[in-house]
Amino acid sequence: MSFMKRLGKSAEGIDGKAGLEAVEAQDQALKQALANFRCSVLAWSEAEFGRERTPAKTVRQRSWRLAAGWALGCVLVAGGAGGGVFEHQQKVQAARTAEAARAAEQQKVIAEQRAREEEDLLANVDSDVSREVPSAMEPLAQLMTDDETR
Amino acid sequence: MAAGTALETMTMATAQEIAAQEFSTVVATHRPQIFRFLLASTRDVDLAETLTQECFLKAHRNWGGFRGDSSAMTWLMRIAINLQKDHWRNRRMQFWRQTQTNAVDLDEASEWLPSGERSAEQLLLAREQVKRVWQSVKGLSERQRTVFLLRFVDEMELSEIARATGLSEGTVKAHLSRALARVRTELGGKR
Repeated sequence: MSFMKRLGKSAEGIDGKAGLEAVEAQDQALKQALANFRCSVLAWSEAEFGRERTPAKTVRQRSWRLAAGWALGCVLVAGGAGGGVFEHQQKVQAARTAEAARAAEQQKVIAEQRAREEEDLLANVDSDVSREVPSAMEPLAQLMTDDETR
Repeated sequence: MAAGTALETMTMATAQEIAAQEFSTVVATHRPQIFRFLLASTRDVDLAETLTQECFLKAHRNWGGFRGDSSAMTWLMRIAINLQKDHWRNRRMQFWRQTQTNAVDLDEASEWLPSGERSAEQLLLAREQVKRVWQSVKGLSERQRTVFLLRFVDEMELSEIARATGLSEGTVKAHLSRALARVRTELGGKR
């Protein structure tokens, strides 16, 4: 009986004697591999089962390595996080300075514009007033000039 | 009345002694097999040793409740399977507690093969086969691996495996079939 048959699988669907032989050969290889695997596990288990252990030393070594690993990990994480935070703060500071400079420049431009507008307004007012109000002494001055010529 | 109480105390003490002796026999008989299963499942000698001790500690606590419905081996194996399951679950949840695994690699695990009367070439071939089987076992799901190891390392019957794992025989067969298909592929695919 083939190996697969014993596991509840039939050899249905296999064409001819050659196919059956191929499956038998495969089964044989699988059987051999599983037997070797079992032998290997048994040998390993027996060797380890009878071996004396030194748990304290192993634990100490492992805990030392674990602690060193954690410490290094923490330093790296803290360094990375600190660097990131510093970089971020630098960027924020630079952005704030740039924003303040931009705002000051804008204020200056606005102030200049306002001053220019006021100047223009005053100039307009002066010119308008000078046109509308004539000089009060002008006709008299003209008469005086006429008399003098006569 | 006092004589009756003394007799009861003596009877209880004797029963406890008998139970303790029975348990000692069970430990002596089945400890290697439980250790072997846990070693094959975890490939970690220290972990297998720890889980084996936990298994027998748990068994000792519940020895009084063991009714003998199944064999002691099946009962112990069930405890071992549950402990192993709990261990992996806890490890998944608390992975930061242990940064490294102590499981040996497949090459090292495959080295354990008695030479017997084999030639060097045959031994090399056998080691290669064992390595491939380990590779397939590594790729199996937890249930498939458990069923596979119980069947092909501990050579348990399907009904016993079903009792130990708490699965039906049909499910055990299905897991075993999938596991074998994987082993077959691993052995055939890399030929």
